[in-house]
Amino acid sequence: MEKTAKPKSRLCTLCNEKRAALKRPKTLEQICRECFYTVFEDEIHRVIVDNQLFKPGERIAIGASGGKDSTVLAYVMSELNRRHNYGLDLFLLSVDEGITGYRDDSLETVKRNEIQYGLPLKVVSYSELYGWTMDEIVKLIGLKNNCTFCGVFRRQALDRGAALLKVDKLVTGHNADDIAETVLLNILRGDIARLGRCTSIITGEDGPIPRCKPFKYTYEKEIVMYAYFKKLDYFSTECIYSPNAYRGFAREFIKHLERMRPRAILDIIKSGEDFRISTSTKMPEQGTCERCGYISSQKWCKACVLLEGLNRGLPKLGIGRSRGINSEHNANTKQANGTQSLQSKQCGSLDF
Amino acid sequence: MQLTLEFGGGLELLCDSVKSHNINVDPQDGEKQLTMKNLLSWVRTNVIKERPEMFMKGDSVRPGVLVLVNDTDWELSGQLETVLEEKDNVVFISTLHGG
Repeated sequence: MEKTAKPKSRLCTLCNEKRAALKRPKTLEQICRECFYTVFEDEIHRVIVDNQLFKPGERIAIGASGGKDSTVLAYVMSELNRRHNYGLDLFLLSVDEGITGYRDDSLETVKRNEIQYGLPLKVVSYSELYGWTMDEIVKLIGLKNNCTFCGVFRRQALDRGAALLKVDKLVTGHNADDIAETVLLNILRGDIARLGRCTSIITGEDGPIPRCKPFKYTYEKEIVMYAYFKKLDYFSTECIYSPNAYRGFAREFIKHLERMRPRAILDIIKSGEDFRISTSTKMPEQGTCERCGYISSQKWCKACVLLEGLNRGLPKLGIGRSRGINSEHNANTKQANGTQSLQSKQCGSLDF
Repeated sequence: MQLTLEFGGGLELLCDSVKSHNINVDPQDGEKQLTMKNLLSWVRTNVIKERPEMFMKGDSVRPGVLVLVNDTDWELSGQLETVLEEKDNVVFISTLHGG
């Protein structure tokens, strides 16, 4: 069933021996499968080494959704850890948002990955952490703002899971396309605080558990090609509750740019990195939540505000322009720093 | 002409969740060859059951959908101009689903 490639296709520009299997978006080189595996893995290794993402002996959690990016990340991380003797203890960390017909299926994929890659898996659930599943939340609030709840809750859930695993760092599968998209979205929202940090390869170094993104410069096309050629087992169904229109539009825009000029993705990331935030821009001050102790720039963290709303039967609390808990106590600082960073963010699976 | 089509990365949902399709398609009247451009319009009519806009944009695939002909990136064989032959295997994978 293995048919030969079309006569038009040429030899690999790297080894000059085998037939090329893909065109790299980053360099436009035409390369064979074996050379692709090598350059793909080597580039990620370089990113890890050049940015000193890990130290020997560290415990590292891989945020695993069962999707393409985190599946390839788990595979490549365990490969590189072995090959280059990073000396890391790797774990898979998954969040169960409680979405029937979506997360239960993708968690099955993560459980297979646990066995395939021999990495211990920890699952934390919204129902145990917050007393609410996304199914229950959507039943209460409908399909508006549900992604805000999910995104805010996921961010904390990953941190809490990482704390339970006693890991030193959390790695996520955010790829170059994701980061370019987030740069654009932060510009569109005027979210200067996020614009400044969304291109950082390591974030939260001042917080309890730093996060890093080894795929920061890795194109989505190459991740999917890698998963396809290696026949990696991943799950690819869109969340049943995610309308995701705004982010989807930015996504599509980036994919159009990529088709015309593949380098556009790296160039957007570079623009994001090189922005200088003027000193007159007020940045939100980091503190801790008075209720749960999680990092927060307000009196209560966003998850506690949302949860309070759910439990009091006022689910609009914390959605849109802040009114309620934080603004009651915090009206002055709120106006002074003008932060609205966590408001009405679309699907939070890409939280930075 | 017999071809095998495979849909992945969520695109299978547009065709009754069937990933692999054995199809029989011939060049249109007056045409000697079947190109990817011809195949795409045939697939849109005969295989895709819902939301064709998730699969195609204009006369090509939607940006973000990867195409491989006999396990080779179609960007190496001329994309829409790629000429198909008997028993060729064409794979479509969406990169737009999930993470």
